[in-house]
Amino acid sequence: MNEARAARSRKEEGSSSVDAGHSYAVLLAAFFAIAAGLVGSVALMKRMVLASDVISHLALPGLGIAFLLKSNPLVGGGATLFLGTLLVWQLQRKTGLATDASIGVVFAACLGIGALVTPREDLLEALFGNFQKLSLAGFLLGTAAVILVVAFLVGMKDRVILDLFSPELAAATGVNVARLDLGFLLVFSLTVLVGLRFMGALLSSALIIIPAATARQLTGRMAQFVVVASAVSLVSVAVGFLISMLIFKTSTVGPTIVIVSVLLFAISLLKKK
Amino acid sequence: MADRLLSVRNLGVAFENRVVLRQLSFDLYSGDCLAIIGPNGAGKTVLLKALQHLIPYEGEIQWSQEARLGYVPQSVAADRQLPLRTRELLAAKARFLDLADQEMGDVSSELNLSPEFLNAGIGTLSGGQFQKVLIAFALLGRPNVLLFDEPTASLDELTEERIYELVHQLQSQRGITLILVSHDLSVVYRYASRVLCLSKGEVCMGPPKEIMTPEMLEQLYGAPPKYYRHIQEH
Repeated sequence: MNEARAARSRKEEGSSSVDAGHSYAVLLAAFFAIAAGLVGSVALMKRMVLASDVISHLALPGLGIAFLLKSNPLVGGGATLFLGTLLVWQLQRKTGLATDASIGVVFAACLGIGALVTPREDLLEALFGNFQKLSLAGFLLGTAAVILVVAFLVGMKDRVILDLFSPELAAATGVNVARLDLGFLLVFSLTVLVGLRFMGALLSSALIIIPAATARQLTGRMAQFVVVASAVSLVSVAVGFLISMLIFKTSTVGPTIVIVSVLLFAISLLKKK
Repeated sequence: MADRLLSVRNLGVAFENRVVLRQLSFDLYSGDCLAIIGPNGAGKTVLLKALQHLIPYEGEIQWSQEARLGYVPQSVAADRQLPLRTRELLAAKARFLDLADQEMGDVSSELNLSPEFLNAGIGTLSGGQFQKVLIAFALLGRPNVLLFDEPTASLDELTEERIYELVHQLQSQRGITLILVSHDLSVVYRYASRVLCLSKGEVCMGPPKEIMTPEMLEQLYGAPPKYYRHIQEH
């Protein structure tokens, strides 16, 4: 462990007791899993998996700069994440072949810049996350973000259904489709941000998309779909976390969580439709 | 004289450098069935979208305060994999517009939508059933103006006939005002009270008998009309 990380670790240890800090982190990971399932099921139905994947990578340059400046990684990651989200929203509003290409360019640029500016010793954590204990303030902020995500999706449920069926008919009915799309992208980014610390920039969007894809295999009803997606996400986090801690003895829990979610997806493929 | 529901003055729509509609002016009165005809690319669908303020336009589109619009698009690129039932779709619109509880039931019984139909996933519906869903969707909110964009474009003749019977029934029983885009000149001749022809920026308007002459249609479509003479014989 390098000196900067050791200092950060000591500072975090001093801010709260070890047990409480880990409990907060575990609880927030569970809340993140639930939000990820909800957001992921809508993203899957909106067929915006590519854009979603890009969004999480938008955090990487910010994370890298924050590591470089030895400041809070979530502030840096959050800043580039939300700026990038606005950029993706603008790109999505344009039609034509150029959109996919533009999103692909943004994706590659973020990965390149992020990898370049992130100090080598922090790169692994930025990409794949690291499970650390959490302060009470961090826990409350994260929980507030999750509540906001869930409240948005529940409150906008009818608009989302109309938009999923037909953006044109939704607009004709009086839904402000552009604003709804922006709201959803911001909620998506917020969810990524909550999961960023322990899943990393490369993997946090995986937990949003894979459990939703699994749930889609298991049910054809929308209400069940979002609930099952959240449940699968929660199981992935719980099982992946336990395997990482008890078997692999590592705090880099993201890869194991993603592998568990992929295995669940593979199992779901066995279900006959 | 019937109430004027819509006034369009000097309407123009252009995409990038291509002018689709230019200096279009007309009125729509309560009880009208205005058919919009013209060759592909003449701007019929564009006009319907502009009338609902769904695309940018120049000029003036003034709906009266009494006008409540319902829109049946030509097609909906709905994802057939979407885990959505007809009932959930209609309920979402009803809740969004804060409609009374019984309105969904009223529309369902008006269109003879069975519980099985309402519980079916939208991906499992046939073309005609899907069109019926679009009509039910448009009817929620008790519109007094319906905008139909080629409602039977992809349907077989029998289903097409049923859909138009339904449209006619809505018009006569509910007194709904219609704006109907159609390529089917026999349907236009049968149902329209006025016809608006769009072609390459040129516009003509009037009752079907005056507008739909063989000469006018040949000029409009650039080829002799196939169905017109047959219909005239009846």
